[in-house]
Amino acid sequence: MQSLHALTRSLLGWVDDRFPLSKLWNEHLARYYAPKNFNFWYYFGSLALFVLASQIITGIWLAMSYTPTAEGAFDSIEYIMRDVPWGWLLRYLHSTGASFFFIVVYLHMFRGMLYGSYKKPRELVWLVGMFIFMCLMAEAFFGYLLPWGNMSFWGAQVITSLFSAIPYVGDALVEWIRGDYNITGVTLNRFFSLHVIAVPLVFIGLVLAHILALHEVGSNNPDGIEIKKHTDAKGVPLDGIPLHPYYTVKDLMGVVVFLIIFLAVVFFAPDMWGHFLEAPNFEPADPLKTPTHIAPVWYMTPYYAILRAIPNKLLGVLAMGASIGVFFFLPWLDRCPVKSIRYRGLSYKIALAVFVVSFITLGYLGSNPPTPELVLLARICALVYFLFFLLMPIYTSFESVKPVPERVTD
Amino acid sequence: MNAGEMDTGRRRFLTATASVIGGIGAACAAFPFLASWAPSVKARALGAPVEVDISKIEPGQKLTVAWRGQPIFVVNRTKEELNSLSIVTPELRDPLSRESVQPSYADNIYRSIKPDILVLIGICTHLGCVPLYKPEIGSLEPGWEGGFFCPCHGSKYDMAGRVYKGVPAPLNLVVPPYKFIGDTQILIGDDSPASATQGGAA
Repeated sequence: MQSLHALTRSLLGWVDDRFPLSKLWNEHLARYYAPKNFNFWYYFGSLALFVLASQIITGIWLAMSYTPTAEGAFDSIEYIMRDVPWGWLLRYLHSTGASFFFIVVYLHMFRGMLYGSYKKPRELVWLVGMFIFMCLMAEAFFGYLLPWGNMSFWGAQVITSLFSAIPYVGDALVEWIRGDYNITGVTLNRFFSLHVIAVPLVFIGLVLAHILALHEVGSNNPDGIEIKKHTDAKGVPLDGIPLHPYYTVKDLMGVVVFLIIFLAVVFFAPDMWGHFLEAPNFEPADPLKTPTHIAPVWYMTPYYAILRAIPNKLLGVLAMGASIGVFFFLPWLDRCPVKSIRYRGLSYKIALAVFVVSFITLGYLGSNPPTPELVLLARICALVYFLFFLLMPIYTSFESVKPVPERVTD
Repeated sequence: MNAGEMDTGRRRFLTATASVIGGIGAACAAFPFLASWAPSVKARALGAPVEVDISKIEPGQKLTVAWRGQPIFVVNRTKEELNSLSIVTPELRDPLSRESVQPSYADNIYRSIKPDILVLIGICTHLGCVPLYKPEIGSLEPGWEGGFFCPCHGSKYDMAGRVYKGVPAPLNLVVPPYKFIGDTQILIGDDSPASATQGGAA
């Protein structure tokens, strides 16, 4: 035993002389001090990482049996579902994983809005996170075409057509993106390449940047105060505990609870009654027949509702882009010096609550047919959505905040 | 200048010029990658013109054929349907098709070479769905004079594919290039002038 320990010691020393292994381990795990008062909301970062790993692994396995051609794609999905050993599990883990990725990321972003995690000095953490979110949407969009079902086809048709709203070059741009005069096998093949290589590479790079930027400035916490202000003689924050083993174990517990919920959906309701896998997608793509009701998967519906709410093509597309783009400016729109919602004024609490209601309502509206009453409701919600951001510099400037404690409270 | 001294001005100039030349090189290198996304020779070949026999289309009927993977509507319009075009004109966004896309020979009130035979790309100018054919009067809503209705976002077009006001689609349905190659045959996707005027006189 003694000699084995000595052997690993000397092996580690040999590696450390040539690669910063212990240094990385200490900087990001064993001696990365996270605030000791993390609550429920702080599970979703590590869960997002877990889902990413799961999506990559199941994706690699799916690509082994999938055929990225217009002739073969739909049948190869059925082949995976019926003939490939455990293929149904790999596919449902991946398709359900896409929806859960968005659930986890939306909650992760909401945590940032609750506790002001986007504020100075974490602006870059937020910006990189927003780029990750864009990557996630691109990944979901490209991946959605791959089963080559009828909703896959028409979803891609509608979204690529958005670019035709750009004056002068729009139509040529759409043709360039599709690589054909319409969505065809050419488009499918390139979306496959983007889905399995290009976007994941960028995605992983951004996730590393996200974590590096976070570990440079240190984690925020539910009290929204900087734990680095109070340190012991060695420079260790008094309110900090090492990420490993304390939070790695806590996050592992989060993964267990997550897996119970996630696998319950995978095993018992993988289509989530048409919300995760849509009914028209169980028939092959038909370029001559649009499904009677086109709706994106639930995680895109809020932006889609904003697109539909505006009766002008170009303005609708711009508004949809702005509804996502405006999140990038959050660190500079919020003028309140207090980070956490615990000590912020009533105006922000009300604004955030109204925003959440309008976001969820838009999500509901985006998955339903646009009747005149619902379009009116969508317009009101879209207005509220944008006012939340555009009026933010005003209502956060005059916020009556509570005193913020010096040290974390629980 | 001494041997050990650094000429920073010279260094800056060399860095700047090398960056500019290198940048141009990078842009040139990027070109084939970007241009590679354009439709391939195969895709272009598959987008060749298609011949359509229109003799079997009864008045009031619509035939859908595929050209370049897109649905092409060929409609044999009745006298009443042609008359409806002037009735609905005040409700249209672009009644004279000024901003819309059609070949010059279809730039008339019927948006066609022969008034009764309408040829359209059946793709909504909003976001690319296939509009439904609703020729019967009153079939969509009271006062409906017949035309096309897009189920995705509710855009409406008349019997010449002209878009109504107050719907999300910005333009009239596109008329593809086509020509008559006989009384009952049309060629979609090719309007080379040799025979383009053949059907124009009818």
